[in-house]
Formats: sequence, C-alpha cells, structure tokens
Amino acid sequence: MPLPFEKPIDDLEAKIEEMRAYASEQGIDLVDEIARLEERLQRLKRETFDNLTRWQRVQVARAAGRPTAMDYLQGAFEGFTELHGDRTLGDDPAIVAGVGRLGERSVVVVGQQKGRDTKENIHRNFGMSHPSGYRKAMRMFDLADKFRLPVVTLIDTPGAYPGIAAEEQGQAWVIAESIRRMTRLTVPAVSVVIGEGGSGGALAMGVANRVLILENAIYSVISPESCAAILWRDAAEAEKAAEALKLTAYDLLELGVVDRVIDEPVGGAHKSREETVRRVRDAVLQELASLSSQTPDALQEQRRDRFRSQGRFRDAA
Amino acid sequence: MALERWFRRNRPTRKEDDNAPAGLWLKCEACNAQIYRKDLVANAYVCPECGHHYRMPVEARVELLTDAGTFEPWSGEIEAEDPLGFVDTQPYPERLEKNRQKHGRPDAVQTGAGLLDGQPIALVVMDFFFLGGSMGSVVGEEIARAAERAAAERRSLVVVTASGGARMQEGALSLMQMAKTTVALEALSARRLPYISVLTDPTTGGVTASFATLGDVIYAEPGALISFAGPRVIQQTIKQELPEGFQRSEFLLEKGMVDDVVPRKALKERVAATIRLLRAGADEPAAAKEATRAAAL
Repeated sequence: MPLPFEKPIDDLEAKIEEMRAYASEQGIDLVDEIARLEERLQRLKRETFDNLTRWQRVQVARAAGRPTAMDYLQGAFEGFTELHGDRTLGDDPAIVAGVGRLGERSVVVVGQQKGRDTKENIHRNFGMSHPSGYRKAMRMFDLADKFRLPVVTLIDTPGAYPGIAAEEQGQAWVIAESIRRMTRLTVPAVSVVIGEGGSGGALAMGVANRVLILENAIYSVISPESCAAILWRDAAEAEKAAEALKLTAYDLLELGVVDRVIDEPVGGAHKSREETVRRVRDAVLQELASLSSQTPDALQEQRRDRFRSQGRFRDAA
Repeated sequence: MALERWFRRNRPTRKEDDNAPAGLWLKCEACNAQIYRKDLVANAYVCPECGHHYRMPVEARVELLTDAGTFEPWSGEIEAEDPLGFVDTQPYPERLEKNRQKHGRPDAVQTGAGLLDGQPIALVVMDFFFLGGSMGSVVGEEIARAAERAAAERRSLVVVTASGGARMQEGALSLMQMAKTTVALEALSARRLPYISVLTDPTTGGVTASFATLGDVIYAEPGALISFAGPRVIQQTIKQELPEGFQRSEFLLEKGMVDDVVPRKALKERVAATIRLLRAGADEPAAAKEATRAAAL
C-alpha cells in the first residue's frame, strides 16, 4: 500500500509504464516524451521526499517493504550464522542475532526484527521484544567481548513489548542491564537505527561508539501516538506530537543523539532495498574502520563519554 | 551557599507535596478511616490505621533517610533548557516555571550528602510532584553528578525513585539520560561502593528501565506501582484484565525482581544495615592495610 503522499509519484510511474506499453504496442517512438516524464518523476520524488513533514517520515520509517534487520543480515553480512536463545527462557523472534563477516572482519550482529508480511509480523511480535530477547542480545555482547569481535546492532522496534509476561519477567530490568552491558563492551560497537527507534526498547540496543540513522528512520522517547494520548489526551493528535518530539534523523543529528545520517535513495528505503542495504553496509564499514585501531579501554571510555555528555541544561538563575 | 539556598527557599503558601487529600482531617484512601493530617505527617505519611503509604514530600524523605542536621544539598545549580521548543497545550518553559515556583526547586530531583546512621551517603530523592518526577536532562545530570561525587568521596549511594519515566518535552535527549545515569553508576561499581535503590510509588518507564533497577540491592515500599509499561498501556495492548496486585511491590518481590518490600518506618534502619554489611568486605581490608602501613612507618 502506498503512503498517502506517494500517490502522485505512483500515478506518474503508472503513466510512464502505460506510455511505454502503448509505444511498443503501437510501434511508435515516444522516447522523448518518456524521458521528459522520467525527469519529472525524479523531480517529483526529490521534492516530495526532501519536504516530508515529521509525521510523514514516521510513516516512511514504518512503511511496508522497508528493509528489515534480516534483509541487512542476509544482504550485507557474508556467511551470517544465526544464533538462537537466551539460555534461560526461550528464543525471542523479535530479536535476531549471530555472527557474520563484514568486509575483512568477523562481527557480532544483533537486530530487532519486524515482519516482512503479516504472518511474519505476528511471529516477530511486530519487532517488540520480551526480556528474553534482551537476554539473547546480552549473550551476544558477551560473545563479542570474549572473541574480540566488533558489535553491530540494527534498531527497529516500536518499543519493548508492554505485556503481562514481559513485565513479570522484568522488562525494565533487562533494558537497564542491556544498557549497562553495552557501556561495558571492550570492542567497537556501531548501532544503526534502520526504521523505528522506539524508546527504551531501542536504546537497550543503542549504546554504541557510533550511532547512525537512516534518513527516514526515527528515534524517540515515546511514540507520537502515545505522546499525543498523554499530552493532548487524543491519539489522533499524533501528527502534532511527531512535530513536537523532533524525532527525525536530522533533528537527532542536531541534538547530538546520533552521529551520522545515512541518506536513503530518492523515494525512500522501501523503494530501493538493495541500494539501502549497500549504503548501510558502507557506512558501518567506514565507522568500524575508524574505530579499529582503538584500545579496549579507549573504546569503553569514548562510549561512556559519548553518553555521559548527552543532554542540554544551563546554570540555574 | 548551597546550604543557605536550601533553607532560604520560601514556599509557605504552596500545597503539601504529597498525595493525601488536603484539610485538617482526611479520609484514608485505602481504609476510609478518618485521620488527622498531623498524625499522618508525623507517621511519615503512612496511615496510622492501615499502614497505607502515601507519596511523601522530598524534604520529609530527606529527613527520613539522613541523620538529623547532616544533609548538605548538592543539586540546584542547573536548570532545564527547552532544546526542542516543545509546545503541547502550553509551552514547556511555562510548565517548568510553574513547577519551579510551586515546588521551590529547579527540577524534579534533590541530591545531597549526609550521614545515614553515621555512614557517609549520597542521597538522591526524586520529586514526583514536579512534572511527574519525569527525567529530562537536568534530572539525568543531577543523578549522574551525585553518583560520580559519591564515588569520589567514597559515599554509598541511596536513590529514592518516584517518576513517570523519561520527560517527553525533551524528546530523545530524555531517553539518553537512561544511558547517562547508567554510565555514571559505573564510577561506584569501580570503587566497590554500594548503591541501594529504593523504589516508591510510582516508578515507571525510562526510570525503571535504567538506574532504578541497577541497584546492588533494590528495596520497594509497600504497595508501590513499579513498572516498565503502565497498567493502562498494557490493558490497551492486550485487551484483558490485569491480575490482582500486578506491578505492585509485593508482586515484584514474588517474581524475584526486588530484594524486599520494606515499610517506610523500617526503611532507614534497613538501608543503613544493608550498606554496613556490604561495605564491610571492601572497606575492612583497606582499613587493615592502612593500619599495617601506619604500623610499619
């Protein structure tokens, strides 16, 4: 399903297709006309995507067809070997993890996995993990430290799951532990927000030396819908909340919450999956290369300083 | 200077910062007994009839958990900015200013140093009545500074939480405070200094999912709501009735998530005893080594 603001783009694409079909059917030369329309299409895409409102970016970040963690694990990492289970309660499908090769390096990779269709979405619990998922992630961080392998995390979750079992099993506790576990990593860590960075459930995977974000991904303290329900007492005010929360990639770059924005192909990641995966791969490779010469102590210190200095305040009047 | 500010503050007209109904007499929300407000206050905001724990003002909490006259405030040097230019039904700076006026502190936390049964501690008390005790940059920074200063001065850390979670009005910067406070606690761990977390009603969201649950020992006050997601959010998600006592202290004790449920009246003694027991291991050999060195000289 196209996003509402994509309709003119889709219409134009359909028109070009129609014209192509007509040209070949009738054996007439419409090359110039088609080229002109193609040009107009590119311009339209660029104009649309350069001027998305924050709420529209939220919709792109959640769009069906956007590459999921698994698309990166399979597309960007050679020989990705998935590892399962938290060794205590089970295996949470909302978090996928394992080892693979990225360029010259072996890396440990952990990703939050939404479904690529309804069936998988139900299996993956829409990317909302239970405590078990965070425990699995922490196992991976142990593995990374032990074998001196860099950590790559891919963030894409509406949030940690708000359910009875999740609470009983200590959802808050494991998020706090996972944050602490990441601050203690002695290897390079790079996080990429690939879709939705939903609150504490996202941060639990995001305490890295470098935090990257895709151009149309979001990262927020609360979903616009929940924020609207609390502050405006109406979830329908989500659009206003999205504006107020400053949750887009470039907002977050300005706030110092992320270090780098990875531009998406024109038209959004959901329209150019392979190219997006390639861009993320290149960016992560660059960041890992820049971190590779640092000592374990220096890596830990840089990561701690990075997060210790987050926030804005002034001397009291 | 800081001490002066603590006492100089004038707020005679403000309402009590607790959740007990106003008036000379009040009806206990738990047992319906008529109680004299003065008795409730004298009883550390615990209903003298049924033991129901009311939320208590920060000053009373400080008094409860430090030896008389030993508390020296640390916080209050910094105040919030409006990094997002956040406006909901009113601008964030206005909300802040109203709360500052009403509660007499720059933000939703009080930190400071004191003695707890003679032992040096740093005390952090969150103020639920200040914007729901929400954690923005200032709350995060004050807690981080308190943890680091406690470590530098070899004090144990006691944190009393009461918070709705991360503060929406500072967006992702509030979220980052979860990592910031966690990082700062490492200074205490490195020096083997105890961190006791006391969870009070309510403690939810990003506060629960960061420093609140990272205590070496975690105590909870009776009947406190302690959660990641609030009960309403869960109910909306799963569309089922929640079990009796769900997310309350006693329930969490049963699930293994807190070390004990400690009534307010016993809290000071319990925290002091716990710190004494925990510190014995790291402190005594150091003391013994110091004595040996002194003897050798």
